[in-house]
Parts: sequence; structure tokens; C-alpha cells
Amino acid sequence: MTDKLNKAEEPGDAPPPTPAAVPEVIRAVPVRHYGRWVSAVITVALLVLLVNAFAQGKLNWGAVPDYFFDDDILKGVRNTIWITICAMVVGVVLGIILAVMRLSKNPVTSSIAWGYIWFFRGTPVYVQLLVWFNLGLVFEYINLGPIYKDYWSSFMTPFLAALLGLGLNEAAYMAEICRAGIQSVDEGQTEASHALGMSQGKTLRRVVLPQAMRVIVPPTGNEFINMLKTTSLVIAVQYYDLLQAASNVGRTSGATVEMLFLAAAWYLVLTSVLSVGQYYLERRFARGSLRQLPQTPWQKVRTNLFSLRTRRGNV
Amino acid sequence: MTAMVKAEGVHKSFGPTHVLKGIDLEVAPREVFCLIGPSGSGKSTFLRCINHLEKINAGRLSVDGELVGYRQQGNKLYELKDREVAEKRRDIGMVFQRFNLFPHMTAIENVMEAPVQVKREAKAVARERAERLLDRVGLADKAANYPAQLSGGQQQRVAIARALAMEPKLMLFDEPTSALDPELVGDVLDVMRSLAEDGMTMIVVTHEMGFAREVGDSVVFMDDGVVVEAGHPREVLTNPRHERTKSFLSKVL
Repeated sequence: MTDKLNKAEEPGDAPPPTPAAVPEVIRAVPVRHYGRWVSAVITVALLVLLVNAFAQGKLNWGAVPDYFFDDDILKGVRNTIWITICAMVVGVVLGIILAVMRLSKNPVTSSIAWGYIWFFRGTPVYVQLLVWFNLGLVFEYINLGPIYKDYWSSFMTPFLAALLGLGLNEAAYMAEICRAGIQSVDEGQTEASHALGMSQGKTLRRVVLPQAMRVIVPPTGNEFINMLKTTSLVIAVQYYDLLQAASNVGRTSGATVEMLFLAAAWYLVLTSVLSVGQYYLERRFARGSLRQLPQTPWQKVRTNLFSLRTRRGNV
Repeated sequence: MTAMVKAEGVHKSFGPTHVLKGIDLEVAPREVFCLIGPSGSGKSTFLRCINHLEKINAGRLSVDGELVGYRQQGNKLYELKDREVAEKRRDIGMVFQRFNLFPHMTAIENVMEAPVQVKREAKAVARERAERLLDRVGLADKAANYPAQLSGGQQQRVAIARALAMEPKLMLFDEPTSALDPELVGDVLDVMRSLAEDGMTMIVVTHEMGFAREVGDSVVFMDDGVVVEAGHPREVLTNPRHERTKSFLSKVL
């Protein structure tokens, strides 16, 4: 068959085909998208009206930049970041443990994990925070033998109550995310690892979890961003977070509502930073699953600039 | 000389499905032993029983004189612990139909993984051996590539190198070329042929009748969970005595 094809393409001693001359570049009148223009004008007009309304409102906008780097506000920002990180660490570590328990062959551990997830995912985090804070009604003392002994009320500081409330709640969600990740890894991977003589634990650590990470990281990034915003609930346990700081400053300065906008701005800044971090983390765990890693935004900018330059140079 | 693998009346069921219905066979050291048969005949299941990826329900199965998955004391059988099972698997290499390379590691990291993690070998030693093995399977220049950047045939050769890195006394091949494009099959078979020439004991589940005839020392035809015919490849493949063998061979040859 190939012989025939080859023959058909050989019309005598024809010279090798020369690249055809580039035809004239098409210059046509582009289609006018009038609908797009109309919808753009309408949306921009609505936006202007909205911005105008806020600008005209009885708000002292000057207070936002004035207090943006206020010491009290900055302390709130630091505390918010700190409790977010701590609660996520608790959530991720406990979540992985719960996921492994849930997937274990032991029916007792897997049902305990199931029960934990059922309870902590099934009750509002706000209620959980309040419960932790007020557990002093159940336990008057905390007694860890010779190591530690104190009244519950002085043991359960606002920080600890916030940490437990947010972290234990988060663990239930992280457990489900990790379970999905672990189950997404092909069974052949475990078999190959076992066939090489690797133990259960080694297989999990070296083979399954690194691959599960690709599935686990994106929703964990979302959880992190969610957690940052959920920390605003710790006002329930008197923890001095960003929102608490903003409302304190608002009360003393008289710019109550302005300080809420300030808090919103700070939350936006923090979540934006986290989004960028998430992008690079996902890129790192995509190793091996993609033939070529996607370019970072910075690389994209550079290649675009470079290609622009060469294009201009050619013309 | 003790047989490398000895099966006596091996039975295996998955729930109500009776997959292996009494397998008796013996594989001698340095032998290349080919298992052929239609899909669903239990070849792959039997292969997986040999390194205890599947538990047998009845019969005796031993590798190099030791029972697979159990320890016998007097008349009692004791199930082995996971750790002990893992220890025995070190000496048995396995190559899968779907390669099952670790996608998050480069080719050379795949080959180094087990010696470093299981045998606690120094990285430099493991790397040196891995380089030698990759060179042997013709992929010295692909050491730094991830599996996704390799063709199927290349991945399967890395998988063979990975199994060899543990210096096994027995190699199991589970349809190693079935997932490959036809033009890539040859490279993998060449590697397997050279392994056979070096005297490796190999059990190969395959549909490559050419390989079975040229390289195999014995061929077993399995159908519906039993061994129908066994013998030298020339006899079984060119002169089958049983009807079922004849009809299978007429379809695949």
C-alpha cells in the first residue's frame, strides 16, 4: 500500500515543491458586534451609579486609609493570619489522620472517623466555637496529672477556643478532601509498590500521598481562603482578630461602618495573597502529571513581550 | 533442585466466581515459563497469587521452597504479617500490563525507589545501579524524564528496570506488551529475551506466541481456571493435543 502511495506522489522527475508565495493578507471589514457595545455601556453605567452612591453616602472615606496601618488594626491582621495558619495546621494534620482512619480496614477506627466527620460537619462552626468556650460548665478543672492542672476558664483562652473550634471543624472537611484524594490514586500504584516489597506505610507516604496531593491541594487552597474569612467568627470567643480590631477602632473613632470597609479591604488583600500562593503550590504538585508545566504569569508576560518584539522586528 | 515455584491444587474465588480450579504446576530455576490462554482463564490471577497480591483459597503455593503468605508449624498454617509478606516480595519482581510506574518520580527515581526505601541502600549505590539498569534497557538518556514524557514501550522498559533493581530471583510478567502499540512491542520483548539469556527465572503471561515459541522453555495453556495442556512450546504451540488448545491457537496465530 505504501508503495502505491509513494508512486502516486512521484510524477516523473518533478522538482521538489517550493513553498508557495505567501498570499495577500486578508483585509475585510470585521463583523460589528453592536450588542456587545450596548451591554458594555449598560453595565459600566450601572457600576458608575453604584460607585457614585457609595461616594455620595454619608461615609468618611478618608478614615479608611488613615486607619489602614493603625497599630490596633495591624495587631488584628496578625492575629487573623496566626489563627488561620494554626487552625489549618490542626485541620490538615487531623484531617489526614481521619482520612486514613476512615479508609482503614479496621471497622472500629473507620466508624469513629465517620462519626467525627458526621458530628463536626453537621453542626455550625459558630455553635462549636461557643461550646468550646463554655465547656467550663462541664469540666470545672483540667487535670493532666503532674503535667498541668488549672481551672477550665483560665485554661480555655480565647486563642485556644478559637483554635479548637475552627481546627476541629476544619479537620472534618479536610478528612473528606484527603479521602477523595487518596481514593483517586490508581490501585495499580499500590500494587506496584507492594510488589516491590514496600510496606503499607511506605506505600502511603512515598507513593499514594504525593499523588493524592494533586487532588488535595486545590480544594485545600479553597479551604484556606475560606478559613481566613471564617476566622471573623472568633469574635464569639473574644479572640482579638481583624474584625474585632476594626469594630473596636470604629467604636472609639466613630467611623464604625468605614472600619467595616477597611476590614473587608484587608480580607481581600490577604485572600489575594493566598490565591497567588495556591497557584504556585498547584504548579509544584502537577510535576509528572503534565508533559509541560504551565507557565507562571511572569513567564507568560516575558514570552509575550519577547514575541511582540520579534514580531515587530520581522515586519 | 527445589522448584522456584510449585503449585499444588491451587484454588481461588472472587466471591461466587471460581477463577482458579486446581492449578498444579512447577517452574524450575532459570526457566522461562509462559502462560497462555483466553482472557478470563485465570492466568493473571494465578500470577498475582505468586507474590500474594491475591490470597489463594485452597491448595499449596510455594516460591523457592517457602509457602506464599503462610508459615507452617507442625500441621498448622499461620498467616504472615504484612511486614513478612513485604519481605518475601522483595525477591519477586513484577511487571504489569499498565506499567504502573510512579508518575511523580522520574525514570531513575522510579528505579532507585525500592532499593533506597526497602533495602535502605545508599543513594549513590542505588543511583549507580539504576543508571546501569536503564542503560541495559536502552534508556540511559531518559533517566531524568517523567513517565508521562515516555512512550508506552519506554515506560514498560523502565518498569522492568525498576523490578530488576531489587535483584529478584523470580520475575513475573503480566501481559507486559498487551497495552503497547505494535511497533513498540519488539523493544520490550528484546529486553525480556536478554533477561532470559542471563538465566533469570521468568513467568510470563502473554499473547505473544512468537515470544513463547522462541524464548519459552515451557508453555502452559490455561482455560476456565484449569491447566489444559503443558509442555515444550514446540509441542503445545505447533502440535496441540487438546481441542480447546487447538481452537484457541487457531484464533490467535
